[in-house]
Amino acid sequence: MKMSVAMTVNGKPVSAEIEARTLLVEFIREKLLLTGTHVGCDTAQCGACTILVDGKAVKSCNMLAIQAHNAKITTIEGLAKANGDLHPMQEAFRQHHGLQCGFCTPGMVMSAVGLAETAKSPTEAQIRDALDGNFCRCTGYHNIVKAVKAGLENMA
Amino acid sequence: MKSFGFYEPTSVRKATQIAADHPDGKYLAGGQTLLAAMKLRLAAPSDLVDLNAVPEMKKIEADASTVTVGAMARHAEVAASKEIATRIKALADLAGMIGDRQVRNRGTIGGSVANNDPAADYPAAVLGLGATIVTDKRKIAADEFFKGVFQTALDGTELVTAVSFPVPKKAAYMKFRNPASRFAIVGVFVAQTASGVRVAVTGAGSKGVFRVKAMEDALAKSWSPDALKGIAVPASQLVSDIHASAEYRSHLITVMAQRAVASA
Amino acid sequence: MTDTLARPIGARITRKEDARFLTGAGQYTDDVTLANQSYAYFLRSPLAHARIKSIRTDKAKASPGVVAVYTGADLPATVGGLPCGWLITGTDGKPMKEPKHPLLAQGKVRHVGDQVAIVIADSLEQAKDAAEKIEVDYEELPAVVDVRDAIKKGAPAVHDEAPDNICYVWALGDKGAVDAAFAKAAHVTTLEFVNNRLIPNAIEPRACNAQHARADDSYTLYVSNQNPHVERLLMTAFVLGLPEHKVRVIAPDVGGGFGSKIYLYAEETVCVWASKLVGRPIKWTADRSEAFMSDAHGRDHVTKAELALDKDGKFLAMRVKTHAAMGAYLSTFASCIPTILYATLLAGQYTTPAIHCEVTAVFTNTAPVDAYRGAGRPEATYVVERLVSTAATEMKIAQDDIRRRNFIRTFPYQTPVALQYDIGDYDACLDGAMKMADVTGFAARKAAAAKEGKLRGLGYASYIEACGLAPSNVAGALGARAGLFEAGEVRVHPTGKVTVFTGSHSHGQGHETTFAQVVADRLGIGVDDIDVVHGDTGRIPFGMGTYGSRSLAVGGTAIVKAVDKIVAKGRKIAAHLMEVSDTDVEFKDGKFTVKGTDKSKAFAEIALTAYVPHNYPLDKLEPGLDETAFYDPTNFTYPAGTHICEVEIDSQTGETKIVSFTACDDFGNIVNPMIVEGQVHGGLTQGIGQALLEGCVYDRESGGLVTASYMDYAMPRAADVPSFKVDTRVTPCTHNPLGVKGCGEAGAIGAPAAVMSAICDAVGVKDVEMPATSERVWRAIHSKK
Repeated sequence: MKMSVAMTVNGKPVSAEIEARTLLVEFIREKLLLTGTHVGCDTAQCGACTILVDGKAVKSCNMLAIQAHNAKITTIEGLAKANGDLHPMQEAFRQHHGLQCGFCTPGMVMSAVGLAETAKSPTEAQIRDALDGNFCRCTGYHNIVKAVKAGLENMA
Repeated sequence: MKSFGFYEPTSVRKATQIAADHPDGKYLAGGQTLLAAMKLRLAAPSDLVDLNAVPEMKKIEADASTVTVGAMARHAEVAASKEIATRIKALADLAGMIGDRQVRNRGTIGGSVANNDPAADYPAAVLGLGATIVTDKRKIAADEFFKGVFQTALDGTELVTAVSFPVPKKAAYMKFRNPASRFAIVGVFVAQTASGVRVAVTGAGSKGVFRVKAMEDALAKSWSPDALKGIAVPASQLVSDIHASAEYRSHLITVMAQRAVASA
Repeated sequence: MTDTLARPIGARITRKEDARFLTGAGQYTDDVTLANQSYAYFLRSPLAHARIKSIRTDKAKASPGVVAVYTGADLPATVGGLPCGWLITGTDGKPMKEPKHPLLAQGKVRHVGDQVAIVIADSLEQAKDAAEKIEVDYEELPAVVDVRDAIKKGAPAVHDEAPDNICYVWALGDKGAVDAAFAKAAHVTTLEFVNNRLIPNAIEPRACNAQHARADDSYTLYVSNQNPHVERLLMTAFVLGLPEHKVRVIAPDVGGGFGSKIYLYAEETVCVWASKLVGRPIKWTADRSEAFMSDAHGRDHVTKAELALDKDGKFLAMRVKTHAAMGAYLSTFASCIPTILYATLLAGQYTTPAIHCEVTAVFTNTAPVDAYRGAGRPEATYVVERLVSTAATEMKIAQDDIRRRNFIRTFPYQTPVALQYDIGDYDACLDGAMKMADVTGFAARKAAAAKEGKLRGLGYASYIEACGLAPSNVAGALGARAGLFEAGEVRVHPTGKVTVFTGSHSHGQGHETTFAQVVADRLGIGVDDIDVVHGDTGRIPFGMGTYGSRSLAVGGTAIVKAVDKIVAKGRKIAAHLMEVSDTDVEFKDGKFTVKGTDKSKAFAEIALTAYVPHNYPLDKLEPGLDETAFYDPTNFTYPAGTHICEVEIDSQTGETKIVSFTACDDFGNIVNPMIVEGQVHGGLTQGIGQALLEGCVYDRESGGLVTASYMDYAMPRAADVPSFKVDTRVTPCTHNPLGVKGCGEAGAIGAPAAVMSAICDAVGVKDVEMPATSERVWRAIHSKK
């Protein structure tokens, strides 16, 4: 079944004819060629595909593209300013070495940005709990936790 | 996933009509279970009836005696709801323990209850509080609703539209998590309600969520963790898997029930 | 800003590669889209062991969008099986059994996930739709998934060539000396345990995109891999019979490897083969479900280990007998992991004079087993450190004391298991770890926890590893079918900017930064003026790749040697320009200076002269400034350290929380402390994962993979681990110019033993099986009551 979908992605309107079975992450990666959003599992657990839909962190591998019709989407590509200045959360990850292979990073950063909506200055334990939807196999989370704390402070 | 037809009705009436016209279709709520199953081709409905555009299913309403949660309320919304937290804190707490943060931003109470996964959290609250499941056709008492693993009293295209929880005197939920899936290995909901003490267990029963009468009787006499000492659900009624044996689950049910009572 | 740093080596410089990873500009294999690409899906065996009676693909071939369907029967006779890169010779003098590992199943399937057919279609969903239409008639055979079952008499044979399922029986050490020492021991500590099978789970699943070019009959393969040159060599020379120079392998950004992306796998090989047949690029990306059943797994040992001690707790001898699973086929380095990288490490940090280890490698109906972060060394450390900790408890000797009574303190030290340690200071790391872990305050913390019904325990692991693989001649003598050197090229551009080409591969380790720091330090130029290129056989002279914590020690040294050649040539150019003898020119801080004068030429000036050779000794010197070096190490490096874990256990549920984890490591000199700490954190978390959470389970009856997704395989999440306390002590490696040893695997090597000893200490039992799930710990507590 073909359907037309339109949404705002990183501030730009986009539209396309897609099959209903197209996942949001497939739409983002394969139609929009925004390959910063990654796929690390098929059971919606690893969180590498995390993006913001209307400001909320969700797993784009577990949502149909058609369900994002008329939504405002932010992906990792939409965080930094046009002049290249990094978003405070991106900068915090860089300063605190909160990434290694970089594969989980876009999802981790988007998840952390989404956290700002509900938690302004969480404790370390709260940050660890709040990262329950994102796997990282490289960093052992130590520096991610530091980065998220710093990033949230700098976003405030 | 396999191809399917997609419909996005804006009312319960339209949703059920479309569903009736597509007997091999399925309702799509938060999609956190259904879409995952479809990706793995474990489910292949002919059509999806998406409920995300049905405003009447999203409301959370509360008065002194009842909290009614629309079927499409997200777990995160329930967890963050002040209306709910001031009346049934245990319910908000439970919603905040489901899955992970991103899943809570999509998953819904209606989807969870209708799916009746034997390790899901919500069924424990629904049964533990003696809630009422509201559908497009009728109201179903919790005790009549859960019919076994992934089985409910819903028939055909019947659609859960809301769940209505009586406000308890005291309640708490204790969850012992599966470290992999985050579902409950054992989750125990205890409540002192107007109609008596209720203890509901999820994650452990070989027939899904269930009540523990022996614990309810003991707690009715004395609402204290000590009252549950020595009361265990027989392992023969519980599931064993690589994460926990029935014997261990039996032990955990008592421990979690005691802790729930202590924290209620 | 990095330009102003006095010495780039040792500086905590933020990473050059982060800019692209943080903005979504990384280029991983699945991000590569080639014009007109098709998509591959592999039909895999649902059964652990079966004979294929027939396969019908006609319906699949007729399915919409299908380009081609191939099965094992379609592979020409010229296409070989996947090779094993290490020959182990058994105690009987015979070579190990090497049954064929076909690219697509031929005759039989031998594990759940064994690849049966490839479907190539216009879209992935079409390929999956078509795969459902392939009809395979299986005759199911009994399966064995556990080494203990596989070695029983009458067990089903995975391969006809190995009717007893034994790949080899291999031994190391002086058995007579060990038996004699045990005979006179005052105390013997014995442990029998399983080193649990793990699934590597790099977050980027394996992927490839293979393209054939008709113009010159060449191939380009993008693949998520840790060593593209090795991948190319094995694929062309041993499997497909293609000319090596006609295949370019590019491993672009790779989302974690941990060993699992060292190997040549069937999928990318089939895609390369088929890309010419279908005349289109073929893209394949593993689902996570496929990764669970088809990536090479790690560990899976069953071991009996004994330690003989005298009455003072001095180690007299160690005896180890291990059954190691190989899985259904021999993966690229499978055979050397439980032998060369395991038994040789059993001396640990101790002067144990006699050690004997016998290893039986066993075929099972499971995914192949190969190197996973640490590769043999975590298993060895687990044997040594669990024995030592248990012996200390049994003999009532303090954990630090028993270690100190046995530490090696004179170097170089020849162990009884083949290795010669060049240097180390084991007391320093033990002291450092104990201080950071506040061991003196432990008794008070334990008492406080007890008041709340919690059990606290402390566990030590003083590990050693052999890294920087490896002297090629030693490896060759031990059965390696490849060299283990590394190559590096340093290209100075006319403006003095530098591009470094390295045969090492970065998949998270930060080579683009670390290697640039090394070169910047040596050339006295800015880190930002240096780019590091890796992962492309079309651009890099050669490379053995990244594994075994070898990149800086071996790959970094190759670069240093190339830089040395650049400086030597630069000195000659400078001498010519300044009209002195080149022996009178010294190079320091980016300047060539005539000794004892203030006459100098900047590095960039020399670079320009090399490329604009107007005033240049053309009769004696070639123009240009571009040097390549190959480096073959003379010894392994020996990182070592002590890890201390403190756990708190809920005595009612058995739930174990790591309340503190301390690591004090000696990695030799450190180029970027920030990156080193990150490597340690990550390794520790994988080690903790093995100890507490992760365990691959196959059903012993059906052979099915039970932990087939993240729903059942417990990955460590942020809340499962604490913030770590890490520090280093430094004894520089004596045989490479950087004095570095390697840091990538230490965490995964030390952590499991530290965690498990802490749990045993808390509960007061001798042993608990990994992963120490809440139920297992609860049962251990229960066993005490």
